Amino acid sequence: MTPAFFGSFSNHAIAFASVVYALALLAHVAEWAMSRKVPVRATSQAQRAAEQRAAQPVPVGSGAPADPGAAPVVPPEAEPDDREFSIDRFGRIGVALTVVACLIHLSAVVTRGLASDPARVPWGNMYEFTMAGTFGVTVMYLLLLRRYQLRWMGLMVTAFEVVVLMCAVLFLYEPAGPLVPALHSYWLMIHVTAAILASGAFAVGALASALYLVKDRAERRGTVRSSGYLARLPETSILDRAAYRVHAFGFPIWTFAALVAGPIWAEYAWGSYWNWDPKEVWAFITWVVYAAYLHARATAGWKGRTAAIIALIGFATLMFNFVGINYFFGAGSMHSYAGG
Amino acid sequence: MRTTEQQTGAGGASTTPPTPPPAPPTLSPLELARWAWRQLTSMRTALVLLFLLALAAIPGSIVPQENIASADVANFQAAHPTLTPIYEKLGLFSVYDSVWFSAIYLLLMISLVGCIVPRLRVYWRGMRARPPRTPRHLGRLPVSRSFTVEEQPAVVLERARAALRKRRFRVSVDTSPSAAADSVAAERGYLREAGNLLFHVSVLVVLVGFAIGQLFGYKGGVITVVGQGFSNSLSQYDEFSPGSLFQPSNLPPLSFTVKNFHVHYLTSGPQAGQPTDFSAELDYQSAPGEPVQKDRLMVNHPLQIDGADVFLVGHGYAPRVTVRDGRGNIAYQGPVVFLPQDASFESFGVIKVPDAAPQQLGFEGLFLPTYGFTMARGPFSRFPAALKPVMTLLAYHGDLGMDSGRPQSVYDLDKSQMRLFKLPSGRPDRLDMAVGQTKQLPGGGSIRFDGVDHWVKLQISNAPGKGIALAGVLLGILGLLGSLFVRPRRTWVRARREDGRTLVEVAGLDRSAGGDLEGEVDELCRAVEDAAPART
Repeated sequence: MTPAFFGSFSNHAIAFASVVYALALLAHVAEWAMSRKVPVRATSQAQRAAEQRAAQPVPVGSGAPADPGAAPVVPPEAEPDDREFSIDRFGRIGVALTVVACLIHLSAVVTRGLASDPARVPWGNMYEFTMAGTFGVTVMYLLLLRRYQLRWMGLMVTAFEVVVLMCAVLFLYEPAGPLVPALHSYWLMIHVTAAILASGAFAVGALASALYLVKDRAERRGTVRSSGYLARLPETSILDRAAYRVHAFGFPIWTFAALVAGPIWAEYAWGSYWNWDPKEVWAFITWVVYAAYLHARATAGWKGRTAAIIALIGFATLMFNFVGINYFFGAGSMHSYAGG
Repeated sequence: MRTTEQQTGAGGASTTPPTPPPAPPTLSPLELARWAWRQLTSMRTALVLLFLLALAAIPGSIVPQENIASADVANFQAAHPTLTPIYEKLGLFSVYDSVWFSAIYLLLMISLVGCIVPRLRVYWRGMRARPPRTPRHLGRLPVSRSFTVEEQPAVVLERARAALRKRRFRVSVDTSPSAAADSVAAERGYLREAGNLLFHVSVLVVLVGFAIGQLFGYKGGVITVVGQGFSNSLSQYDEFSPGSLFQPSNLPPLSFTVKNFHVHYLTSGPQAGQPTDFSAELDYQSAPGEPVQKDRLMVNHPLQIDGADVFLVGHGYAPRVTVRDGRGNIAYQGPVVFLPQDASFESFGVIKVPDAAPQQLGFEGLFLPTYGFTMARGPFSRFPAALKPVMTLLAYHGDLGMDSGRPQSVYDLDKSQMRLFKLPSGRPDRLDMAVGQTKQLPGGGSIRFDGVDHWVKLQISNAPGKGIALAGVLLGILGLLGSLFVRPRRTWVRARREDGRTLVEVAGLDRSAGGDLEGEVDELCRAVEDAAPART
């Protein structure tokens, strides 16, 4: 099998993965569309937690303990309700399709790496970084799905994947080829992998924070209906905690990517570990904003809404670094080979 | 910086609103200083300063910076004559050395110290204190269980102690005579605050390491034509930016000769013309009298010797020319560095011949490594390798202005006192030459294109303190992991005799959200129970 074969395989796989993501999106849309007419059971989180405790005094399962607020899950003892059942079924279909799409996505990323001679890590330019970064988002979502009951996020995640992959194919595509000499380093593997993982975590965290803001606003205005997407989102406290967890996971990785691996590589490649290169500056800005987020969450008067807004600002700086710097200031940046 | 617990406590400056009461009592200087200190070290101020730092870093990524891309600064200043004085006043051409940027991060550091020091004290006391005493009503805690066993309380408590120790709790046995009950109090997760403190201290460590590099380090660039040598002294550099406390005597006595340069380009496929690798071979001596050693410089593979690192940061072409003046004498012979303008290595350069007589000569034009021509584009370079090298120059005669005392760039021809050689038709006389060709100049004299050399741009730099900075960041990540993922937890076990049996109460309290407290309390129950359960 030749590199050219892998190259075209990768291109087809990306298209195919996008289609499956779109199908998963449709399934989640159906899930939420149906739920518009079905009111959420009135049991509040506290009640349900109390019920659970009463029902099973032995340790609550080790995997997913005290997060019963993920509303869409139908309690097993509930009376059979066709609507609830089909809502849940569509949700499950959505997740299953996302898993399939994720596997195809993985194959696209791997074959993209094999498509150049010699084979290399598949993130040497912006198209490849987008492809790998969106893969990071899906992986992050699927990994945390069970643990933090994130199925309510499926709609957003699949929509994000479809849109971003489409943009990548339309605007960023470049044929596979060898790396420029500046990227001939194992730090490419370390630095960019860490950046992809952290970006994936921050993207998922930003989704949670955005939904938190939307639901929080609706709650304060009293416009949350008894049915529909917002009603079925977990409570704001759980959204907030999920956002924090994901950010807390991403922040040390980002610190490593931007402030350890990046400078070490820069020291080898450019002769100075910190050059105030636009990309470095913006990575630093992102780091500072997320540091502010972590602090804000522990400060009276800033936690909740303000912290969530800070998290979104952080994600905006991350996106600007990725898109803005590459397109507007690419010429002045030593990271310009990362551009198109 | 402070957490909520600290803030709601006695020292919480930030819980009080920043606006003063309507009739503020007059503050003594000491009180004022204390008030200012509280304000500065409050979390709110720290957050605002963090945002200011992020905002202040932005202009440096948009406006070209003097110490990073001085050529871009010059271009920008030429293109924006009205903005330039304003930008200069604001220090926008060197944001990261500017007063306002320094002010922000220094305030942030003061705020950081002001927050670390009291917390270190609190932590020190907390570390030495015993776990908090058992609350009277364990049933009111977030998670609690109770059951009865046959054994004596002492046995149960001993078992609880062992179980808690095994779970890496710090344990203290509470035998206060006032209550007729014995209990065990335990706490875990001291590392969270330790990590938090470590993270904040390491920010300071990184800054110290960075500052050492900025103050004592240096960074110089030199363009060396292959075959030529370099010895490490200030006069040899094309550009040099020392730290403010750098001494020229700190330059290590390094010297080297560039023996060779190799570059390979992709010749086919969509990315044809992209370099696949390039490298330069050096013969170097770390000091005069030391043995000559060989090294192969590549991108990502610098030469590292004590006190200096040598990096290959760029390359280009230096066409060799021979210029004869109007009297037929050789006025110049040798390579001239041309600067690449784009990825095709179409290069621009200037040849100055001050020794030419009767008039000085100057040339300006392009070097095209692989000549191509279309009517629409004119001459251009098809490929970056020197496959079909051609020079296309305009020739000038007159006064180069090199004696005026004003410093001149070697890449810039001062044409104010130079006149272009023109054809009889009045059009400029463009000299197109392949290797080996000679062109006669209208006023006598000639130029010959002898061949093509490569040049390499080398950066020689040293940043002391980088080990400190790296250690700081790594410690910071370690601390971060501790502060984000260690969960402080308190548990209590109380056992007392009641109706001939021992009533055991177990309770837990998490000091951070999201842990599996129930699971741990249940497991603890099982460990304490040991015998068959008789739950109530």
